[in-house]
Amino acid sequence: MPASRHFCQKVPQATPVAVFKLSNDFKDDPNPMKVNLGVGAYRTDEGQPWVLPVVKKVEKLIVADNRLNHEYLPILGLPEFRSSASKIALGEDSPAIQENRVGAVQCLGGTGALKMGAEFLRRWYNGNDNMKTPVYVSAPTWENHNSVFANAGFKDVRPYKYWDAEKRGLDLAGFLGDLETAPKHSIFVLHACAHNPTGTDPTHVEWMQVAEVMERRKLFVFFDSAYQGFASGCLDKDAWAVRYFVTQGFEMFCAQSFSKNFGLYNERVGNLTIVARDADNVRRVLSQMEKIVRVTWSNPPSQGARLVAITLNTAELFAEWKDNVKTMADRVLLMRASLQAKLQALGTPGTWDHITQQIGMFSFTGLNPKQVEYMIKERSIYLMASGRINMCGLTTKNIDYVAKSIHETVVNVQ
Amino acid sequence: CVLLVTSAAAPSSQRCLSWWGGVQMGPPDPILGVSEAFKRDTSPKKMNLGVGAYRDDHGKPFVLDCVRKAEALIASKQLDKEYLAIGGLGDFTKSCAQLALGADSEVLKSGRNITVQTISGTGSLCIGANFLSRFHSASRDVYLPKPSWGNHTPIFRDAGMQLKAYRYYDPSTCGFDFNGALDDISKMPEKSVIMLHACAHNPTGVDPKPEQWKEIADLVKKRDLLVFFDMAYQGFASGDIDRDAWAVRHFIEQGHKIVLSQSFAKNMGLYGERVGGFTVVCNDAEEAKRVESQLKILIRPMYSNPPMNGARIAATILNTPDLYKIWLEEVHGMANRIIKMREQLAANLKNEGSTLDWQHVIDQIGMFCFTGLKPEQVERLTKEFSVYMTKDGRISMAGVTSSNVGYLAHGIHAVTK
Repeated sequence: MPASRHFCQKVPQATPVAVFKLSNDFKDDPNPMKVNLGVGAYRTDEGQPWVLPVVKKVEKLIVADNRLNHEYLPILGLPEFRSSASKIALGEDSPAIQENRVGAVQCLGGTGALKMGAEFLRRWYNGNDNMKTPVYVSAPTWENHNSVFANAGFKDVRPYKYWDAEKRGLDLAGFLGDLETAPKHSIFVLHACAHNPTGTDPTHVEWMQVAEVMERRKLFVFFDSAYQGFASGCLDKDAWAVRYFVTQGFEMFCAQSFSKNFGLYNERVGNLTIVARDADNVRRVLSQMEKIVRVTWSNPPSQGARLVAITLNTAELFAEWKDNVKTMADRVLLMRASLQAKLQALGTPGTWDHITQQIGMFSFTGLNPKQVEYMIKERSIYLMASGRINMCGLTTKNIDYVAKSIHETVVNVQ
Repeated sequence: CVLLVTSAAAPSSQRCLSWWGGVQMGPPDPILGVSEAFKRDTSPKKMNLGVGAYRDDHGKPFVLDCVRKAEALIASKQLDKEYLAIGGLGDFTKSCAQLALGADSEVLKSGRNITVQTISGTGSLCIGANFLSRFHSASRDVYLPKPSWGNHTPIFRDAGMQLKAYRYYDPSTCGFDFNGALDDISKMPEKSVIMLHACAHNPTGVDPKPEQWKEIADLVKKRDLLVFFDMAYQGFASGDIDRDAWAVRHFIEQGHKIVLSQSFAKNMGLYGERVGGFTVVCNDAEEAKRVESQLKILIRPMYSNPPMNGARIAATILNTPDLYKIWLEEVHGMANRIIKMREQLAANLKNEGSTLDWQHVIDQIGMFCFTGLKPEQVERLTKEFSVYMTKDGRISMAGVTSSNVGYLAHGIHAVTK
């Protein structure tokens, strides 16, 4: 067979995903002082990954349970996982759950949940197979949001104003303005809490304003909830926005990830929670979700879902989990306070209050691309070109070095 | 739906106030739906011969010993749960490719394959279909054998490919329509994609013989077709993993640059862990790198990176000689039990007094048997005997045991006499 005629010959090299390239560069760096403030995974104060104690406990339970096997889960996933996961997002006493108008699809991580939601919306929302419905993602947002919706077929993925670089906070007027001018029925991807990458969340009052416009203009609410519990340390607090929208009567999707709050990154545990007008609508939606699941992965992986379900449905384990989550959130809060204090003490030019005002794993430092390059090249401190740092990469041992480096960078590089 | 017109048909329903008023109820999945119907049945004699999941002779799910041992080994290592790379666990993808292509494969030595970890066989086919759709611009046509696994069609269609068919199963012989297949293949436009089941064809259990595979390979080369192998039953067909991979390896030796989907659901009993692989055999290592970069671009917006648990178990088994040996024995054991059940079913049908020819039950290979039952007969078998199977007459032999094979023969005879 002539080599020149094979189709792979013409396949072009794709640019690598930025955040993974960053991690690779970090790995190859010989500098003993190097710090990785790139990828979003929790680290202990020793800079190590942390398998939650409750997870270790439940894993042992699973291994010891001879009744368990590796059989296929149902297409939509493990029922006890789906319902308990939705309860986490919506609240034990959610009116929507009581009214039996909540459904869920177990998915592969938050990404998988976003994908399922996007694929469903493209097929069934605002007409049939309507690829022209605008999908709005925050400016900036997690970069994969764009690809998820584009790959689902949406032709018009656009930004909505969110981050005000000058005042280093939420551009509320811009956000509300874009909501007012978005074509009716546009889809909006909202970060439930701990906005990635800015760490800047709307206040309750601001969320209420957003909801008011969205209701009036008939815009679709698609929450991305990847950090519930991780932001404030409290599950309920972090779910305030999602639950508020439910009380306002919205039909919506909420893509949940248990990667961070359970530390189950590589087990791909996610849940797409669906809030609809009534049980009949939920039923029909789920039946069509099954069709999409069937051509993508047939049924989801069992290990992670089992683990989460056992934890959420067993009182002592649930309590222990909440405690583990608080441990992680508290360490992040401590690092925020520490970094801000050190920069202030150093007299680093600019204001650094945004470090403690922002919430969750990430902070948008405000460093510009040239400054970021300097940090990487001269100080072996790896962060995203956007200036985003993962607070979890900071430890009591490296925080002085990082603070001094930021100081030096800001002073020397403009 | 903005206007509120509540009709008599939906008085209390909130359809018109919902975004989802126009969403129709989807039909149950033809294969997985069978299991759900089976679960609802209260008959003590019920049999689930629907989905292809192996059962032991007590009708129970079978967790392989090598899997349990691998799990214990893994647990003792106290590994972290950090994200895998987009392409999956390296230890897994390497050994996955090796299992399919053979340890001495020139392809592996030259590094001209790219193998990514996938969400079992379905995930692999999904990635493959989308990869071809995006990059194989020369043709939109995918030729499936007639019949093929039911889920092949929606997977490729959803990826934007056009489904076509080639003759495969001969209902008059319950065997392989070799001449029909060759005839159809000879007429396929160049660059079309042809789907081949590597072994243990699903749903028919009818596989080409090696000499027939050789002719197919030659003709496919002449027609310059792109070969997509689906190998979901390596080890499960004959009990011998090398024998079952023979066709795949032959095609590669003949110079075909195949794409290949693998599943470890059945041969390792890792169904719910979702373990699979997708391989593209390229011209050289440089091309493989480019292809890899594009596969990552496809995977990331689907689920970012694959699940660890099952891949870790599979990799441990494949890379630990003691466990590998146990695995080969267990796969052989599963295949043997199925062969025995085939023989018993045929014998029992004869004992029931059936005058029909049931030789195909023995001749067919792998988990499934294409009984030849018509939809009406299948319906009767389900309604009157609580035997659950797919409408095309396919039964999963894995669901047959020495205690229920007699009952099954009785039922089949009753609806076919």
